[in-house]
Amino acid sequence: MEVVLKKIVIHVSHLTKFYGRLLALDHIDFDVKEGEIFGFLGPNGAGKTTTIRLLTGLSRSTDGNASILGFDINTEITEVKKRVGVVPEFSNLYDELSALDNLLFVAQLYGVPRLERRKKAEDLLKTFGLFERKDSLFRTFSHGMKRALTIAAALIHDPKIVFLDEPTVGLDVVAARSLRNLIGNLRQQGVTLFITTHYLEEADILCDRIAILVKGRIVKIDTPKDLKAATEEESVIEFSFAELSSTLIHDISDKLPEAKLVVMDHNKVQIHGGMPGKIYDNVCQLIREKGIEIQSVNSIRPTLEDAFIKITGLSPTVMSIEKGGK
Amino acid sequence: MWMDDLRGIYYIVLKDMKTYYLKPPAISWGIVFPTAWILAFYLRNPRSFEDLVPGLIAMTILFSTTAAEAVVINFELRLGSLERLLLSPISLSAVLLGKVLGGAIFGLIMSTIITIGSVVVLGLYPNLLYLILIIIPSLLAFSSLGALLCVLVREVFEAQTLLNLPRFLMIFLCGVIRPVSSMPTALEYIAYGMPLTYTINGLRQSFSAGPGTMILIDAMALVGFFILFIFPATKLLYRKFE
Repeated sequence: MEVVLKKIVIHVSHLTKFYGRLLALDHIDFDVKEGEIFGFLGPNGAGKTTTIRLLTGLSRSTDGNASILGFDINTEITEVKKRVGVVPEFSNLYDELSALDNLLFVAQLYGVPRLERRKKAEDLLKTFGLFERKDSLFRTFSHGMKRALTIAAALIHDPKIVFLDEPTVGLDVVAARSLRNLIGNLRQQGVTLFITTHYLEEADILCDRIAILVKGRIVKIDTPKDLKAATEEESVIEFSFAELSSTLIHDISDKLPEAKLVVMDHNKVQIHGGMPGKIYDNVCQLIREKGIEIQSVNSIRPTLEDAFIKITGLSPTVMSIEKGGK
Repeated sequence: MWMDDLRGIYYIVLKDMKTYYLKPPAISWGIVFPTAWILAFYLRNPRSFEDLVPGLIAMTILFSTTAAEAVVINFELRLGSLERLLLSPISLSAVLLGKVLGGAIFGLIMSTIITIGSVVVLGLYPNLLYLILIIIPSLLAFSSLGALLCVLVREVFEAQTLLNLPRFLMIFLCGVIRPVSSMPTALEYIAYGMPLTYTINGLRQSFSAGPGTMILIDAMALVGFFILFIFPATKLLYRKFE
């Protein structure tokens, strides 16, 4: 069996940032591997954007250090900047320049060779479906188009790592989906992606690993699957019966001491907590004994939202209210 | 690294010229405004118009270098476009220098037009070397003064208001209308603390037939003002990104 060890492209150690007396980042540590989509999940003010600003040279850390592709962010930030692309939370290209001119300008700043600039810019415009509007001014673009062009600008110099700060904020459902597809394509091309988001479902769909950040501290890093597995006892199994007697619920409760809650609703019984497989077996055995017919069984698996609530102790509404929901 | 910075400065200047400076508002602020002021002074007190030419060129330098700096710095800070520049492999000092040079080059274009126009219309014979010695450091000094005042505040309108304070103080105190030597001693001292005084002194020497013995001192004073303005401006901009 071939073992492929992916190299670490982002290494962060005890990174700390104070804004005056406010502690924005509190000694965070994490590594990101090559080709990975690494998500930073947390409510507003958790320190997600601060982390990106520190790693991309827009701000200086108070303590700790980090290296990107082997280059120290404190002493070799120019080398870092040459190799990373950044998509800020708000599109910040030039209103007075056309889509093509914006990309050409960014290419010039990154030192993309003169002969390649135009081709790269036009290829990106085609990839993002903006080629027909290449001569239109940036200010005439819709929010989704502006976002797409901002991402294109971050890719003009073929970066090895792309930082995306809240990539789908403010996008409609179609634009957000198309952006997620694009992120998937970038990963296939071997680009490492570092994404901050407060959208739990988005992090679940996109990310290989997720760091949950609360008040400047990383409280958990894991794969979405393992984060959710940590809340396995929060599983819910729902049985629908042809007819339901009031004594059945007591029988189920007695038979399943590990269940946290048993709820009866018309002809349905919801069993919260416990191992779903074991609960299913026990209930089926009981039902056979009682001679009752089961119409359907639904297993409601824990979501990343459940995991987030359990890990952080925060309400999921913290995420939606602060950013206006989605 | 310095090659990255040089490249960045070059493209920032080109972009700012295209996006902000070579537009009607900046051109009118850079040429029409100083010309209107000088005409107003002339009509109020008609005398030899040649005497007013150094003042006209100096005001053109002052107004054109600072014409779009509030937009170039504060507006871009507000929109995040300045951050976009800082994300590229260019140092913050190079970004600010690019902004300052953009203003200086626009000022050079405007003051060259005014100088050539004055020379042709009035039949003057200035010393070209003296002109260069005074105009170049003046452009850098005033453009960096504009940058310093802009990074002190957040909003475009605050920067515009703040920029007007030294502009108008200098118009009245630095010898545009009457020589500094004819002013009360206290005002004379204040005048020598302002860069426009040295620009006008130097320009007067450039247009006079005299030996121009003070020209190097005026030029050095202007270089000193440039250094005095650009370093704190850079430091303040750094602080915005700490």
